[in-house]
Order: sequence, then structure tokens, then C-alpha cells
Amino acid sequence: MGKKILMKGNEAVAEAAIRANCRFFFGYPITPQNEIPEYMSRELPKRGGVYLQAEAEFAAINMIYGAAGSGARVMTSSSSPGISLMAEGISYIIGAQLPCVLVNMVRGGPGLGNIAPAQSDYNQAVKGTTHGDVHLIVLAPSSIQEAVDLMYDAFDLADLYRNPVLVLGDGMIGQMMEPVEFKEATNKKLPPKTWAATGTRNSPDGKRRIINSLFMEPEDLESLNLALQKKYKEVVEKEVRYELYKMDSKLDVIFTAYGTTSRIVKYVIKKLEEEGIHAGLIRPITLWPFPQQIIGEYASNSSAKAFVSVEMSSGQMVEDVRLSVNGKKPVYFYGRTGGIVPEPKEIISYVKSIL
Amino acid sequence: MHEEIIISGFGGQGVMLLGKFLSEAAMEENKQVSWLPSYGPEMRGGTANCHVIISDEPIASPVIVESTMLVAMNRPSLEKFQKTIKKGGALFINSSIIDIDTDRSDVIVYKIPVNDIASKIGSQKIINMVMCGAMIQAKKLVSIDTMINVFKENLTGSKEKFIDLNIAALKEGMKYFSENYKS
Repeated sequence: MGKKILMKGNEAVAEAAIRANCRFFFGYPITPQNEIPEYMSRELPKRGGVYLQAEAEFAAINMIYGAAGSGARVMTSSSSPGISLMAEGISYIIGAQLPCVLVNMVRGGPGLGNIAPAQSDYNQAVKGTTHGDVHLIVLAPSSIQEAVDLMYDAFDLADLYRNPVLVLGDGMIGQMMEPVEFKEATNKKLPPKTWAATGTRNSPDGKRRIINSLFMEPEDLESLNLALQKKYKEVVEKEVRYELYKMDSKLDVIFTAYGTTSRIVKYVIKKLEEEGIHAGLIRPITLWPFPQQIIGEYASNSSAKAFVSVEMSSGQMVEDVRLSVNGKKPVYFYGRTGGIVPEPKEIISYVKSIL
Repeated sequence: MHEEIIISGFGGQGVMLLGKFLSEAAMEENKQVSWLPSYGPEMRGGTANCHVIISDEPIASPVIVESTMLVAMNRPSLEKFQKTIKKGGALFINSSIIDIDTDRSDVIVYKIPVNDIASKIGSQKIINMVMCGAMIQAKKLVSIDTMINVFKENLTGSKEKFIDLNIAALKEGMKYFSENYKS
């Protein structure tokens, strides 16, 4: 680990990507993530990479498609409406089984919405994002240091599973500054990119590589789908990550929250403790695969009377919490929308109202 | 230590940078810090603010609900944020341009005429560092040496010539505070 640096989330994410050997960035500006392309435009050319501002998000994602097909480490970043515009290309990339990293610093929706932090794109992120029965691996940092660490993992996971990985932040993660330390590249042992379209001279069997997501024969397309589902099963088995905070034995209530709201909830837990209410938090770090099993175990075995999902949305992750709890305990929801970050006192009075 | 500081003022008064430098200095003194800006459609002459938390403990939420310190560099900032100050908290008022009093009687008020002090130094650009001097003299947030190091690390190249000006501002702010208030 190096020296601690005070850095904005967006800039830290960009620096982490470069240190994880990302050398290509294609994107289109949108607040509140503009410091990512700004940093990339300044740094990538100096460090042997290419930064290109596309004419639109649609073009950017297809540049990602091309660069990923050549085996390069490549990323883009955007915020909510921009990700929607990229949706079609993301499905092509998944269909062609190519790795890339996407960052969404979520802003308030719907439509152009506003530029304040929100978690209203949870469903978009974890329920496929795009057409065609697919998944993204979704990582949700709650601090700048975690955002940095997850960027390295995002590139490794993308390469390992040949699937896009989405880092889901929000305006606050993007805009705030916290101290960060950068580690060196992970140098994780990854399968060689024998599929990359880098010319017959480079391919092990001397044959040309075709990058494609069009399979006219239903049998061929079903084979692709089966291969994708096999891969997703492995991801679900191996890659679930979460944090347990104050999940002691004598619980009255269990919170579920991710990213920015999980920090507010940690403060709430401290305050509730002062009033004799024991609360804990299960914080999903991977939103897909979702930490279903651990939530289910606590639903069966804990003394808690209820689960409460706190989100900056009208209630999206709460559906996955309900599926995980599977009727064993009541599941409640508290959320604010439109770019409003819930205040601790609102959450506290909500919790008291249900206990 | 656990300080939750809201710094607010007109765009151009350097409130963001004041927060950043303070956070960086605290970080160098091994404190936990967070800096959260308001990032709406701000413009020069509009209002801007940042939330800075400095703590010995890991910081849960970077959003300040109850501040232990408010720095109001202009009148709208005082009007908007005075209600957030914790009972017994500190209120730093830029008395050069704020012509009203706070309606809070349960906080400690420090009136620092930063524009007037800056005029004597010869530049209006360093009113933020005059205020910073008063703040660190009042609350011992960080040492002056660490602050000077932060200036040296951030003001490089063409900005190097401003290091001395910023140090002078910091020291004048500290001096004004010691002459008029007790820390």
C-alpha cells in the first residue's frame, strides 16, 4: 500500500482503473461522474492508453465492445440516463462473452431527473440491465477506499467470467473525498484471452476469431444461453460478498442497506443502541449475486423481530430481501427518492414505529 | 476528537478549498476524514458549501445533520445553516460582510472580519485561510505546521508563489482569534 491521498470518489475510481491496467476509456459526459472521464482524458494518454469521448453513450458502449473484443482492459462510466442509453450494447457484449467494466454513479430519476445521489437504478443494475436473459456482476462500494479496491476486482471478475461488471455508486460516492491508498495491480492468475480477435498469427490454433452475438439457429442460441447460465451459477456460488455490522446475538431488528445508505444506517444503529434497541446491518457488497443465503440464515435463526431495508429508492432491493427472508420474518422498507439522502432521525422514528 | 464542520459561503470565497485543506491536514495527522461538497448547479456568486468530518473513529455518515462547527462566510449561509449547530457548538461568522446576528443563543459565536484582515495582508483571495487560522486556533483541529505542509504539497509549479501569502493569512487569522477570544 502506498501513501494515503485525499481524493474525490470519481477521481479515485479512475486512478484505480488505470492501476488495474485499464488502458482504454470511451464515454460521454454526464454529471455527477464527470471527474472520471476528465481524469482519464488527462492521465490515460500519459500512461500508454487511449481516451476517447464518443459522440453519444450509444457510440461509447460500442467502442467498448470493439476494444473488449481485442482483449484489452476497457471501461466506461456514466450516470443513470447514460446507462439506459448503453443498454443495447451491453447485451451485445454479454452475448459475445466479452469482459469490460462499467461504472454508474447513480443520480435521481426518472428521466433526466436531477444530479443528486440516488439508488433508483438497483433494479436496472441487478435485473439484467438489458434485453436477453442476462446478468451483470454488480459491485456496490460504500466508501472511496472500497470503490478503489472494488475497481481492481471488477476488472479481474470481468476477465475471469468474460462478462461485464458494473460498479454501482451514486452521486455522493462520486463527489465526496476520503483518504485512499492504492494497491498495486492484483496480478491474479486469469485464463489467457485465447478468444480475443487479435489476428490468426496470435490465435493458438491458427484460426480466425469471430466476435458475435447473432446466432440464427435456435439450438446454437440456446447453447449460448446454457453456457451463460452455467457461468452465472458459478458466479452465484463463488462471488457473493457482504459485510455484517453489529450482527450480534441479541438483535431486535436487522437492517439491509448498500452503498451510501449503509453508512447512514451504521450511524442509526449506534443511536438506537443508546436507546436500548439492538440493531445490526447486512450490507450487500455484491448486489448481483445477492447475499441471499446469509439473509436467509439470519431470517431463520436470529432473535430479530423484523428486517428493514433502507434505500434511496421507492423499494427495489427490498424485493430481493423478501425473497431471501422467504416469509420467515416481516420485511419493512424505508426510503427517500428524488436525490434526497434519508436523515438518521427519519429512519429511527420509522424503526420505532414498526417495533 | 469528533468534529462535524459545515463551511459555507459564496462561490469564489474558497469554502471548498478551505474544507479540502483542513481535511487533508487532519488526514496527515492520522485522523479519519470525509469531505462532501454541495454539487448542484453552483456558479460564481451563488452559494456553495461542504461538510467536513474529522474524527478519531471511522466515519459512518459523511452527511452532517448536527454540526459541531459552522463557518458562515456570507449571510445566506448563516441563515440557512445556523439551525444545524449542536448546542454548545461553535459558530464562525465572517463579520466583514455579515451584518446580522445569529438567533442562536446556545452556541459560541466567533466574529472574524476575514475580508478586513485579508485587505491588510493585501489580497482578498485568502479570506478562506484567514478563517482557517481562526478555526485551528479556536479548536486545535490541526497544527499550523501540518497546515503549512498541506500548502506546500498543493501549491506547486505556478502556484508556489502563493505559499507565503497563505501562511501569512493563516497566521493573521490565528492572531486575530487569540487577541479577541479564548480558545
